[in-house]
Amino acid sequence: MSAQPVLAGPPASHGRKRRRQNSDGLPAALPWIGPVLLLIFAIVIFPAGFMIFNSTRDISQSGIDQGTAGFVNFAEVFSDPNLPRVLLNTVVWVVVVVSLTVLISLVLAQFLNKPFPGRTLVRMAVVVPWAASVVMTTTVFYYGLDSNYGIMNTFLVDIGILDSPYGFTKNVFPALGVAIIVAVFVSIPFTAYTLLAGLQSVPEDALEAAKMDGAGPFRTYFSIVLPQLRGALAVAVLINIINVFNNLPILRIITGSIPGYQADTLMTYIFKVLQFDRRVDLASALSVVNFAIVIVIVAAYVKIVKPMKEA
Amino acid sequence: MSTTTLNDSERSALPPVKTRQKRYGADQVSGRRMGLRMAIGAVVALVFLLPYAIMLVGSLKTRSEILAVPPAYFPTEGLQWSNYATMWETPETPLPYNLISTIIIAVFATLLVLLVATPAAYYTARFRFPGKTVFLFLVIVTQMLQPAVLTAGLFREMLLLGINDTWLAMILINAAFNLSFALWIMHSFFAAIPKEIDEAAQLDGAGKLTVMFRVNLPLVWPGIVTAVIFTFVSSWNEFAASLVIMSTAENQPLSVALTKFIGQYATSWQYVFGISIVAIIPVIILFALIEKRLIGGLTAGAVK
Repeated sequence: MSAQPVLAGPPASHGRKRRRQNSDGLPAALPWIGPVLLLIFAIVIFPAGFMIFNSTRDISQSGIDQGTAGFVNFAEVFSDPNLPRVLLNTVVWVVVVVSLTVLISLVLAQFLNKPFPGRTLVRMAVVVPWAASVVMTTTVFYYGLDSNYGIMNTFLVDIGILDSPYGFTKNVFPALGVAIIVAVFVSIPFTAYTLLAGLQSVPEDALEAAKMDGAGPFRTYFSIVLPQLRGALAVAVLINIINVFNNLPILRIITGSIPGYQADTLMTYIFKVLQFDRRVDLASALSVVNFAIVIVIVAAYVKIVKPMKEA
Repeated sequence: MSTTTLNDSERSALPPVKTRQKRYGADQVSGRRMGLRMAIGAVVALVFLLPYAIMLVGSLKTRSEILAVPPAYFPTEGLQWSNYATMWETPETPLPYNLISTIIIAVFATLLVLLVATPAAYYTARFRFPGKTVFLFLVIVTQMLQPAVLTAGLFREMLLLGINDTWLAMILINAAFNLSFALWIMHSFFAAIPKEIDEAAQLDGAGKLTVMFRVNLPLVWPGIVTAVIFTFVSSWNEFAASLVIMSTAENQPLSVALTKFIGQYATSWQYVFGISIVAIIPVIILFALIEKRLIGGLTAGAVK
């Protein structure tokens, strides 16, 4: 995913000593923070407000605002026969992708934390899907699983898993399955690295003490390592929820050739309504619903992770 | 630790500790276990690199090879390095323009972020002002949002401003959505510099700008490099907003342009993969440069 690492609080502070700070008032601060405020207002807050406004308008397919529509667009959203399926897909998509990502990343981070020759190279290999464009990574899977010339399909036949090449991207369920695998694949690097950072904060002497007390590796992991990872896990889970929830390219490419809305999540559905139906007003109403969900996740992030605590 | 204070006779009375250390101690792993780890490491690396290996091999096949049924794993007619020259003239999309768009948008978005976020990061790390908490809260909320969430609004806004389908629109969007991460990471680096350094410079008569540029910037450059690389890579790969806002083929970045190949009757996959390799290699190099910081600093505060 275009997962952006999230940083919460300074990495190293000089003790608990409260720094003496000058306060010259807001006018003195504005030249320094003004440009940031301007960009956030112009490109984040204004379009959010404009989107909410547009969701109550009647906008023609050519983009002309034809006056107020009240809550007609929202009524259309909530009576949309596609909505239950789209929401169900969204929930399954987020839950399955995030759980698999976190489980695999926990194991992977544990492994990458152990010393062995060549570890740096392995870590760098794991970074690659993070750096690479999600569109490009997804494209390889789409090509590889093509039922005629796909090289992954051929491989599955050659090793005896399939009898003949299968059209993975032609039907709803297999296509969703493939999309989930791709999403997990591109989400693992960020997640594993976040957990790896958490693992490095597990105190050596706690591990040693557990060893002395005769705790086995499983006992040590569940009663010492995992509790220490809580912060890192909270960050990883919440950032993944938000990234997976808002992901567009994976499903758009993998399930793009499936007609109808059987394989859509809220995000891919919004873009279909926006681009193919050219219904800006309806897409805005859908986006507002989507935005509300995102805000809830952000609120959970702020409450659970407390990124402000050291600012 | 406490074992070092035991004398030999006491230690010999505690044989179970010794055997346990042998089984679980990280320092005393046997060569065989090391070999096993290296083998697992190789498999892990292979899994994560495989899609990109398929990409590379595919980019070196002829058109008939890549569309052959059943396909061959490796090129049989020699490696078609010429694909990397001919791909620029493929009819699906004007690839040279797409590459230029991608570069211009990513470079200028990064410069804009640097220009705008650095002073704010310095000021918020050093000084108190009314509304600072609100300001930082705004930054954190922005950090959690993505262009995809607001695309419907952004699209209408850019139409309103008359800059829909321009580089400027995507430069502003990429800058705004990456700004907060850059600000936050630079903030943490500035905050880690002892304030006394600033005060000493101020006593010598330096103004705030001089202190930031001459005294602090040389010390926080690892934070700046990290912020620059993340902004650049994320702008380079942005997809959702560009998909709706950049409607002219020549203006589209590579991420959008490549989707036009998909779903065609006979896709020129060798070109899709050729341009993907060209687009991916620079960002991998950039990410590799900050590999150490990916582990350490990024999530430090939250993970502590």
